[in-house]
Amino acid sequence: MEVILMSETYEHYEAVVVGAGPGGAATAAKLADEGIETLVLERGVDAGAKNVSGGLLYAEQSAPYTIDDLFPDIRAAATERPITEYYMQNVAGEKVKEYDLTSLHEHDTAWSDAVLRRRMDSWLAERVHERTRETGGGLLTGIHANGLLRENGEIVGVTCDEIDPIRADLIVAADGVNSELARDAGLMDWDEPEEWFQGVKATVDMPAVDDRFGIEPDEGVAHLFSGDLFEGVRGGGFLYTNTDSLSIGAVFHLDSLVEERAEPHELLNALLTHPLLARWLGEEYTEVEYAAKLVPDSKKVAHTSPHKDRLVLVGDAAGQMQAQGPIIKGMNHAVSAGALAAEAFATAKRRNNPESAGKRYERKLKESGVMKKLRPKRYERLRPIGEREKTTDVVDRLLTSPIGRVGLKAMDSIGLVERLYSSPFMSMSIPDTRTPYVTLPTVIAEELGAPVRDRSTVEPPSLEERIGELTYDTDIGNPHIRLRDSSVEASGTAVSACPVSATDFGGGCYREETITTNGDTKHVVSLDTQPCIECGTCAVVADTDWEHPGGGKGVEFTRG
Amino acid sequence: MSIHSIVLTKGVPDFREGQVSFDEDGHLERGKTPTVMNPNDEHALRGALQTKVRHSGRVSVMSMGPPGYGDVLQEAMESVYADDLYLLSDRELAASDTWATAITLATGLEKLGVPDLVFAGFKTADGETGHTGPQTCWALDLPMITHVVSIDVDEAERIVRAQRLVEGDVEEIETVETELPAFIVVDPEFDTSYRTAGERLVLKDLRERTTDRAEEHEQHLTTWDHEDLNLDPDYIGLDGSPTIVSSVDPIPKPPAERDATVVDPTDEDGMSEVFEEMQPLAAGGD
Ligand SMILES: Cc1cc2nc3c(=O)[nH]c(=O)nc-3n(C[C@H](O)[C@H](O)[C@H](O)COP(=O)(O)OP(=O)(O)OC[C@H]3O[C@@H](n4cnc5c(N)ncnc54)[C@H](O)[C@@H]3O)c2cc1C
Ligand SMILES: Cc1cc2nc3c(=O)[nH]c(=O)nc-3n(C[C@H](O)[C@H](O)[C@H](O)COP(=O)(O)OP(=O)(O)OC[C@H]3O[C@@H](n4cnc5c(N)ncnc54)[C@H](O)[C@@H]3O)c2cc1C
Ligand code: SF4
Repeated sequence: MEVILMSETYEHYEAVVVGAGPGGAATAAKLADEGIETLVLERGVDAGAKNVSGGLLYAEQSAPYTIDDLFPDIRAAATERPITEYYMQNVAGEKVKEYDLTSLHEHDTAWSDAVLRRRMDSWLAERVHERTRETGGGLLTGIHANGLLRENGEIVGVTCDEIDPIRADLIVAADGVNSELARDAGLMDWDEPEEWFQGVKATVDMPAVDDRFGIEPDEGVAHLFSGDLFEGVRGGGFLYTNTDSLSIGAVFHLDSLVEERAEPHELLNALLTHPLLARWLGEEYTEVEYAAKLVPDSKKVAHTSPHKDRLVLVGDAAGQMQAQGPIIKGMNHAVSAGALAAEAFATAKRRNNPESAGKRYERKLKESGVMKKLRPKRYERLRPIGEREKTTDVVDRLLTSPIGRVGLKAMDSIGLVERLYSSPFMSMSIPDTRTPYVTLPTVIAEELGAPVRDRSTVEPPSLEERIGELTYDTDIGNPHIRLRDSSVEASGTAVSACPVSATDFGGGCYREETITTNGDTKHVVSLDTQPCIECGTCAVVADTDWEHPGGGKGVEFTRG
Repeated sequence: MSIHSIVLTKGVPDFREGQVSFDEDGHLERGKTPTVMNPNDEHALRGALQTKVRHSGRVSVMSMGPPGYGDVLQEAMESVYADDLYLLSDRELAASDTWATAITLATGLEKLGVPDLVFAGFKTADGETGHTGPQTCWALDLPMITHVVSIDVDEAERIVRAQRLVEGDVEEIETVETELPAFIVVDPEFDTSYRTAGERLVLKDLRERTTDRAEEHEQHLTTWDHEDLNLDPDYIGLDGSPTIVSSVDPIPKPPAERDATVVDPTDEDGMSEVFEEMQPLAAGGD
């Protein structure tokens, strides 16, 4: 009798956490500390194999949880360098004006370290496995959760490619941006480009970081770049020092990338080859990894009620990624949210009401102040005025006019521009227009900047070489993305916006093709997912059926 | 509850391209060819591992062969996280045929205490008789299931249920069951997927616990000679092997079915002859 029952019911855990990024790791660690039987499922061959960030990991003083609350050894074991200097470089052509924004960086910051995701996430995953294993659960890699398990229309678990469905009392979608679980639950959609950023990044080998930047081993530098570097595409560049490498990249507004039909790898190259970087990069440029990923804009997509039935969303999956002016804060919020979700479930369970976990989590996000950072009221109030094209035009014209330029100089002479830039209050309410990203920094550099004397000898690898350097385990014959509409109108944007495709490159994922049948010529888009780096862009900008590849399949990042 | 399984494995020459060497007469040069675990035995090992993952317990691996087989046993320990290793090794055992091998293995198994399940591979890559498993089983007088593609152990009832491939005009799968202890000959098609998280977590535990053990596998290796096994030299090794090998012939290369004429593409006359020969083909004739 018992045997029959066993084979017909699925495995059950008290909690199942999908995704072992910082959000999933924090949730699982906290659940385990509460003695809750927790299973963690991660699709990568190793945690971190799929993940990309800039990445400055912040521990905010005001946060309900920081990552070292949950993993006390993390800084000694798995981060690169503390970031002790923070500069903004305003660029116009070859003129540059530098502002020291260390005070903005240090505002509300207990500490902030540069991290590489493969190293950090795989270390976290080992700790999580040790702790969750004691509860009867554990962490498994190479498992792709492909949807939600429902019973009578209610979410009761997850379904997976590699193993039988899992039932749980708490289901945590910590599966990052392009969360398949959040989409399946109807909590998130992937429709509007203006709700997302695209981040591209190169990890550059640099054994002599200390010498090049004039710092000690326990110090680190961050440089942010804005101005006319990116051909009018709204976005900013970054350079962070790791132990013996650099993370150099840029984060663009996806709608702007789409509008300008810009090629992300070329924009990244514009930064890499700018003479300003020559003094740090020197003669030898060795790129060890090229990577990209979508980034949600919490101001627009952070879900105010990120739960349904037994499911809660954590981190990027819930849109909890804050772009605070030049500062990008996703990892820290994913950690806070994850721990709050775990806390909520633990309380709910103690009160014999596990179903109330979602509501409790929502309340904790509000009461702890996390939601206020993700969706600042000031931005919402100013957005209707600040982001109107007319306003932007007026402000831009004023800024670029002689009067504006004189005013700027006057403000700068009393240190006001740097102070304004450094204002966390300002940076939280910056409108998403070209003014703060392009116009203002360009004018600053033109009026106040000095020309750079160095010459760049950097020759970034071609897209083909970049793809060639990456490791893939392709799921042959089982593409994880399918084109629903191959017309140029519906999906043509992907040819330029996909970070491993380009209009003049035949070896990428997306290509534009001309088909001639019976004398009729037609332009269509074709897709080959083999070089895909799973960034998620085409899920938003093209008409596709988009899934992540099966567990362990696809690209494998070694730095992230 | 738990299940004790023993896997029988043999070392064979590594027949993979680039590893194997033959002399001019086409004879295998054993000295120059590395010894590896018989590829088919991997399936037997995975069958035992699956049993351990599902029911806990112990996996032992046993081999008869020269001392160099220690490496093969280490490989077994690495790939299926075996608990202990047994090598039956002795000059007196050299040149055993399948009969003498089976008698020796059966004696070793009895000395160890017959386990719940004995797993053997289907065939070796060199001898290829497929006799050793069944003969060992016969010597132990255990029930045997061959061509097994999946097993399911019911510990409470002390029963093993197995699916086996039955080759006929069409391939069929037959389900049979027998009491423990039993002898299982594993088919290369054996299904060792793990469909539950629980199983995969146990597998991960085993892997973590065994990494170090495999490195110092000698500490888990027991070697028995014919005296330890209390075997009469007249019944083992060459003297105990009834098989008479009359001669060993290299397999001749298959003759080419058609004659070929070599034509130098720069030789105009030669080439025009080729085209002439091809003319009827192009015209659709034969
Ligand atoms: C270029 C760039 C720069 C950035 N810079 C910064 C920065 O400086 N500071 C900062 O704080 N943030 C930065 N971010 C954002 C930051 O990376 C994210 O906000 C953060 O990683 C979110 O964490 P998470 O745990 O929610 O998701 P992720 O880190 O994305 O983790 C999700 C995990 O889930 C797994 N997964 C996904 N789907 C499935 C599935 N179906 N089944 C099983 N597993 C699945 C993934 O493999 C992954 O391991 C940057 C992002 C980019 C792209
Ligand atoms: C006609 C003939 C003549 C031979 N003459 C000689 C000879 O003169 N001298 C000589 O040295 N050898 C000789 N051999 C080789 C020797 O008899 C066999 O290699 C050995 O008995 C195993 O048989 P097999 O390789 O056919 O294995 P198979 O019966 O195909 O193996 C089936 C399974 O049995 C198990 N098994 C087989 N062998 C062992 C082992 N040693 N230890 C543990 N498990 C094992 C494995 O699980 C294997 O997968 C001869 C073989 C044949 C066929
Ligand atoms: S195919 Fe789509 S998901 Fe893959 S790299 Fe290109 S845009 Fe990103």
